Amino acid sequence: MDKVIFLFLRRMRAPLLVLIAAYTIAVLGLVLIPGVDAAGRPWHMGFFHAFYVVSYTATTIGFGEVPHAFTDAQRMWTILSIYLSVIAWLYAIGKILTLLQEPAFKRAVVEQGFARSIRRLHEPFYIVCGYGDTGSLLVRALARRDIRAVVIDRNPERIDDLELEDMGMYVPGLCADASVSAYLTLAGLLNRHCRGVVALTDDDEANLKIAITSKLLRRELPVICRAETRDVQNNMASFGTDHIINPFDTFGDRLGLALHSPGTHLLYEWLTSVPNMPLSEPLYPPHGKWVLCGYGRFGKAVHESLAGEGVEAVIVEADPQRTGCADRCVVGRGTEAITLQAAGIEDAVGIVAGTDNDANNLSIVMTAAELNPKLFMVARQNRHDNDAIFKAARLNLVMHRSEIIAEDILAQLTTPLLPLFLQQARGQSNDWANEVISRISAVTGEVVPEVWTLTLDAHEAPALRQALAAQDVRLGEVMRDPREREQLLPCIPLLLQRGSDVRLMPGEDVVLRSGDRLLFCGRHGVADHMGRVMYNGNVLRYVLSGEERPDGWVWRALKSGE
Amino acid sequence: MNLEKVVFGFFIILALTLNFGFFVGEFDNPAHHNVYELFAVIVVNLIATVLKFGDRTQMGALLLAASLVADLQLLAAAVVWAYAQHVSGTGLDPMVMGSIVSLAGGAMLANIVSVVLLIIETVNLRR
Repeated sequence: MDKVIFLFLRRMRAPLLVLIAAYTIAVLGLVLIPGVDAAGRPWHMGFFHAFYVVSYTATTIGFGEVPHAFTDAQRMWTILSIYLSVIAWLYAIGKILTLLQEPAFKRAVVEQGFARSIRRLHEPFYIVCGYGDTGSLLVRALARRDIRAVVIDRNPERIDDLELEDMGMYVPGLCADASVSAYLTLAGLLNRHCRGVVALTDDDEANLKIAITSKLLRRELPVICRAETRDVQNNMASFGTDHIINPFDTFGDRLGLALHSPGTHLLYEWLTSVPNMPLSEPLYPPHGKWVLCGYGRFGKAVHESLAGEGVEAVIVEADPQRTGCADRCVVGRGTEAITLQAAGIEDAVGIVAGTDNDANNLSIVMTAAELNPKLFMVARQNRHDNDAIFKAARLNLVMHRSEIIAEDILAQLTTPLLPLFLQQARGQSNDWANEVISRISAVTGEVVPEVWTLTLDAHEAPALRQALAAQDVRLGEVMRDPREREQLLPCIPLLLQRGSDVRLMPGEDVVLRSGDRLLFCGRHGVADHMGRVMYNGNVLRYVLSGEERPDGWVWRALKSGE
Repeated sequence: MNLEKVVFGFFIILALTLNFGFFVGEFDNPAHHNVYELFAVIVVNLIATVLKFGDRTQMGALLLAASLVADLQLLAAAVVWAYAQHVSGTGLDPMVMGSIVSLAGGAMLANIVSVVLLIIETVNLRR
């Protein structure tokens, strides 16, 4: 039953008892004390009048002495009952006000409101634990794709931020420790519309606990976790966490990719950005000597991937002892010219400013640009709110950690085949990636393409499944405009998954089979057209054969009669 | 022995006994039904209701419901009494008295339910 009402009733017990007692004493006294009526005859006040008098004196309204003027004995009793009842009222009202101010009561009210808003969500949603930089980017991106999210964060300020932000849809937020299973349940973990849990808190232990709780309570739910150490990463993987993201590795890996095969990196960017934004320009980082400032967890990951690409990197680090690079680095922060010159900035081709301080990173690249204007400049952006200054610095590449992670998770959540495609794409050459890019830009023009998955099952493509039972259908035949079948839909099939068989960039002549999973990218709105073809038997028939058959029973009967 | 249980049981049983005391007597005879007794029944019933607040068990919910029914019936009886004596001017004629006493009788039924529930709960405790 209602927790808030019970808490209220329980706390109000004492004040209500005091009120009842005060009224009883006052009323009883007025009834028992004899008075005189207008004619001077002895008279006893009835309960009705006594209750009337006490009611208006207790609430300090005061109408005077009714129905007859009081005797002195009655007045004496009235004085007493006024103080008694007014104090009882003040006590009761004071209690109510304290109760409303009480943190426990407020918390109960907030939790109840939160639970109610979760119950009212009648569409799929994701639980996002941790609303920091990454969490807020992810929730915003989900909202932009009309996907609901529920947020839990321990920090009340972040929940306030969430409430103030205009997402275009209501995102319920609760200020609580997400690693407590009760709060995860409150956030809708057991709700049948819950589609997944994303643990993004900055505490590895908490993320681990969230993953365990979710996996124990809802085995089938996908769980995506952030982990900063290998230890926790392995632990999470051991009980079936679906996707584990190490922000430093992911980040260093992407930078390495950008240096090594810019085409593949661009493909990553295009397919994982928010649809309908302007496309980013391709980058061509030069090969040669690089200067890497900062050798923390991020710097190590970058160095590893640079070394993997066979690129020579000079490390600049302020605290070589602690980071373990004492014998092979230039000591200094990199913000001053001397250190950069010692690292050989004059004959370097690029610089990576990868410290965990945004101001230092900007200072590093600006100093370096003065020494060697032809440098390829890469900087790490730590905080989302520094967007404007990083944009103004006109760098070649800004690696925004939260953004990369949020995009990665978004791809996992919304288009399950996309990570598979990207993983396969990394095995291909840069030229292959460039070809894919030119095909995509030919179809979508200047904006980021939409990416969607299509499963040929009874749920997503009932009409096509029926048709497949009777005839062979080729991929190119269904990628046609349902309004004019001569027109090809502006989209590109990226991947076809059939059982364990994965085919990259399937051709138009591939024969489809029931149960196939396809990944497409294309212009905005094309997915809806394709959905119509998959869903509606008449539309599909038109697209496949050009034949338009009457829909209604009457017309069908007339036609067959002809 | 738990003092809370003593107070709780005291008020619930007192509500029933007082209610019975008001109820007995010739049905429509005002002389057999004392106004002070009605007042006492109402007060004791209100206190019993408040004592039942905040109990989250199923038993607690049913006890609270029974008490609220009794309160409603008794307050209705009091309003009828006040209306007959002060507003309509008919005084306590047999018809008015009859409806007052029957309302109090209904409240008594609810109070009996309360006491029975209390006994059931106590018996279960012993086991």
